[in-house]
Amino acid sequence: MTERIGVYVCHCGTNIAGTIDVEVVTRWTETLPGVVVARDYKFMCSSSGQELIEDDIKELGLTRVVVAACSPHMHERTFRGACERAGLNPYLFEMANIREHCSWTTENREAAALKAKAVISGAVRRVALHQPLEPIRVPIHPNTLVVGGGIAGIQAALEIAESGHQVYLVEREPSIGGHMAQFDKTFPTLDCSACILTPRMVSVGQHPNIRLYSWSEVEKVDGYVGNFKVQVRKKARYVNEELCTGCGICVEKCPWKVTDDAFEAGFAKRKVIYTPFPQAVPKYPVLDRPNCVYFQKGTCKACQKFCPTGAIDFEQQDQIVELEVGNIILATGYDLFDCRRIPQYGYGRLANVFTSLEFERMSNAAGPTSGRIVLRDGATEPKRVAIVHCVGSRDENYNPYCSAVCCMASLKFAHLVREKTSAEVYNFYIDIRSYHKGYEEFYHRVLEEGVHFVRGKVAEVTEAARLPGEEGKLVVQFEDTLLGKQRRVPVDMVILAAALEPRHDAHDVAKLFGISCGKEPFFIERHPKLDPVATMTEGIFLAGVCQGPKDIPDSVMQGAAASARALSLIGQGEVALDPILATIDEVRCSGCRICNNLCPFNAIEYREAETVSYVNPALCKGCGTCVAACPAQAISGAHFSSEQIFAQLEGLLYDAFPTARVAAAPVESTGV
Amino acid sequence: MSNGRFEPKIVAFLCNWCSYRAADLAGTARIKYEPNVRMLRVMCSGRVDPTFVLRALALGADGVMIAGCHPGECHYLEQNYKTMRRFQMLKHTLAAMGVEEQRFRLQWASASEGAQLAAAINAMVDEVRQLGPLRWPGNWEENSHRLEAIERMVQEHAEAMEVSA
Repeated sequence: MTERIGVYVCHCGTNIAGTIDVEVVTRWTETLPGVVVARDYKFMCSSSGQELIEDDIKELGLTRVVVAACSPHMHERTFRGACERAGLNPYLFEMANIREHCSWTTENREAAALKAKAVISGAVRRVALHQPLEPIRVPIHPNTLVVGGGIAGIQAALEIAESGHQVYLVEREPSIGGHMAQFDKTFPTLDCSACILTPRMVSVGQHPNIRLYSWSEVEKVDGYVGNFKVQVRKKARYVNEELCTGCGICVEKCPWKVTDDAFEAGFAKRKVIYTPFPQAVPKYPVLDRPNCVYFQKGTCKACQKFCPTGAIDFEQQDQIVELEVGNIILATGYDLFDCRRIPQYGYGRLANVFTSLEFERMSNAAGPTSGRIVLRDGATEPKRVAIVHCVGSRDENYNPYCSAVCCMASLKFAHLVREKTSAEVYNFYIDIRSYHKGYEEFYHRVLEEGVHFVRGKVAEVTEAARLPGEEGKLVVQFEDTLLGKQRRVPVDMVILAAALEPRHDAHDVAKLFGISCGKEPFFIERHPKLDPVATMTEGIFLAGVCQGPKDIPDSVMQGAAASARALSLIGQGEVALDPILATIDEVRCSGCRICNNLCPFNAIEYREAETVSYVNPALCKGCGTCVAACPAQAISGAHFSSEQIFAQLEGLLYDAFPTARVAAAPVESTGV
Repeated sequence: MSNGRFEPKIVAFLCNWCSYRAADLAGTARIKYEPNVRMLRVMCSGRVDPTFVLRALALGADGVMIAGCHPGECHYLEQNYKTMRRFQMLKHTLAAMGVEEQRFRLQWASASEGAQLAAAINAMVDEVRQLGPLRWPGNWEENSHRLEAIERMVQEHAEAMEVSA
C-alpha cells in the first residue's frame, strides 16, 4: 500500500525561517515519494497549526505525518496528540528536527537548507515504514520513595504524606535535617534555623504516612515508572529501636569521645554512641562501630550496662528492606567545598581560618562555643574579622559556577559578628548577588551596620608580617579592584564562604537511579526552564541542591514541586509508556543465546524446550542493543527497526547518491 | 559545495538520552558548528548495528559518528560499553577495507555537553574534509554488485564480531 504522507514545515517565527528558506524547502518536499501535501506555517505547535494537520488527515486521508520543526523532546507529544485526535495512530508520525539541529547551529543559509532537506527527506522515508503501535499502560504504585532527609526531602515527603499517600524517606545520616539543621540563623529574616526546621522534622517522625529509614542507604533500584523495586540497606545502629526510649543515658555514660566530622564539621567532639544533635529525628542513637572500644578490644559495654531498657544490641546486623514504589524523589543535597584545596587561604594550617560551616556551628547557641564568636583558643574575641566570598566558586581552578548562597550567608555572618562582638568586619567579594525577596534590603542593612565591603578576590591569607601592626595577625592580601591597588588587611579571624559542590558520590547515585549528571556533576533536570524537577527517567524527580546550588526557600519550593509531579502520576493511576520494545521472531531465532547476556535488565530468557530466546516485555526497556547484536536478525526493535533506520539513512543522504540508483536498490531486497 | 571546497557528508547516530540532548543544547545555546553532520536518533548507542554504519558509508556518507552517554552514565546502565566494543571491531574491519580511521568516530557527550559535541563535530568535519570524498558508492557501482557485496560483508562482520559476553 502506498502511504499518503503530509509534511508540515514550521517557521517557528524567525527561529527557523530566519535561516532556512521554509517555502523553498516545503515546495521541494512535495517531490518526495509518498508526499501528498506539504505546507509551511508560522507556528505549527499553535492550535491552528495542529488543526491544519488534523484537517488534512481527515480531508486528504493522510496515513503518515511529518512535522519539521523543533526537537522531538520539545513537541513530539504535541503532534502525536494532534494525529490521535484526527484518528491516526500517534506512532505514524515523525518529527524532523530543523531548529535545534539545523537553523540554530549555522548562519550558512545554503547549507542550512540542504541539511533541512536531508533531515526531512530522512523523516519522510522513515515514516512510510512506521507501524501503528499501542502505548503500554502501566499502573502507578501509590507509594513514593524520597531519598535524602534535608529540607528539600522533608518538604517533598510531608506534601505527599499529607495527601494521604505512603512515603518512604531514606536518610544516610543518623538523623534527618540535613545541612539546615547545622545552621544558626537563616538569611535574610534571621529566623533561627532549628526553630523553623525542627517542627517539620518532628512532623516527619510522627506522620502516620511516612516510614523513615535513617542511617540507611538505597542499594539497588529495579523497575520503571510506577513500578520501582528498591532495596534499602538499614545499617546496624546497635540500638534496638523497639526498646530505645531516646533517654540519652548511653550517650552520657559512654566514656569515649571522637571528633565529630559530620554534624559539628570537625569543630567539636562527640561520644562514640551518639545522636548528632538534641532535636535529632529519629531519637535513637547510633553506635559508631569503628571507634567503639568494645568492638576494638572486647571490653567496655558501658552503654549496655546503663541502658534502662536493654536496647543496646552489639549483635545487630545490617538489614535489607525491600520497597515497592511508583515514584522516586532524589533530594541528596551537597558536599561543602574542602577549603584545604586552596592552600594559600591557609585553612587547616592557620588556626583562625574557619569554614562557613564551622562559623555556623560556632554562632549556634547549641554549638561548641555556645554561640560565642571566639578564636580557635575558645576564649579570645576577635577584633577584626575577614569574610572571603566565592571560595571554590566562580573560579576556573575549582568550580566555574556561582554557589548561589554564599553572598547572602556571608552578609549574615557579617551581621552576626557585628551583633555578637565589637569587631570590624571586612567582606571580600567579587560581586554581591542578593537577588531574592528581601535580600537586597538585607545587604543594605548590613552596609549600614558598618561592615566594610572590599571588592577584590583574596590572593592569600598569611601569618608572615611585613608591615607594622601585622605581627601576630592573619594578613589578608588582595587586589582592591575599585582602587586598582594591592592591599593588606591584618585580621584575627578569617571565614571562608565555601562553595556548594555535588555529593562526592553523585555519579554512583546517578547510575543507581539511571539518571544523568552534568559536568559539575549536579543531576540534570529534564528541561532547565519548563521541567526543572523531572529527570529524563520517568518517575524520578529532583529536589534541592542535588540539581544545582540553591538556598532554603528554593529547595523547599523544589521539594514541593517534585511532590506535585509525583502526586500527579499517583492521581492518574496509570501512565502510558512508549511501546519501544524488542521482540524475537521464534522462527528465525537459532537459540544461539548471544543476546541473553547483552541485556542488563535480564529481559531476555532462554526457553530450553523450544531452543529460542524470548524477550519479557515487562522488563525490556527498548535500548535495542540486542536487536543490533542478533546475527540472524531475528530480533526487531519497535519504532527503531533496521528497515526504518536504513530508510532514514537513504533520506539523510538523498544528495550523496543519485536518486535513481537508490530507487533501483529497494530496501526490501536486503532481507534485514 | 561552497567556494569550491569539498563539503563532506557525515551521519551522526545520537542516543536519545545524552548526545541527542547535547545536540539540542548546542542549538538552544546557538553554538555554531559545521552543518555537514546529519543526525539520526536512536534510543541508545547500543542500537547502532554495524550494518547501519556500513550502509551509511555505502549510501555516500564520507564519515560516520556514533555519539552516546559517557561510560558509566548509560541510560540503559552499560549498553555504551557494548557500543565501545563494536566500535573497535568495526573500526578494524573498516581499516582493512581501506577506510581511514578519521571517518569513523565514537564520541561521548552527556546532555550538558553541547559545546563539546559541537567541537567534536567540527574536528571530525575538518579531518574528513582534508581526506576528501570516500567514493565508496562509485566503487561498488563499478562492479555492479554493490548491495550484494555490502550484504556479504555485513553478514561476515555480524558473524565475526558478536562474542558472548
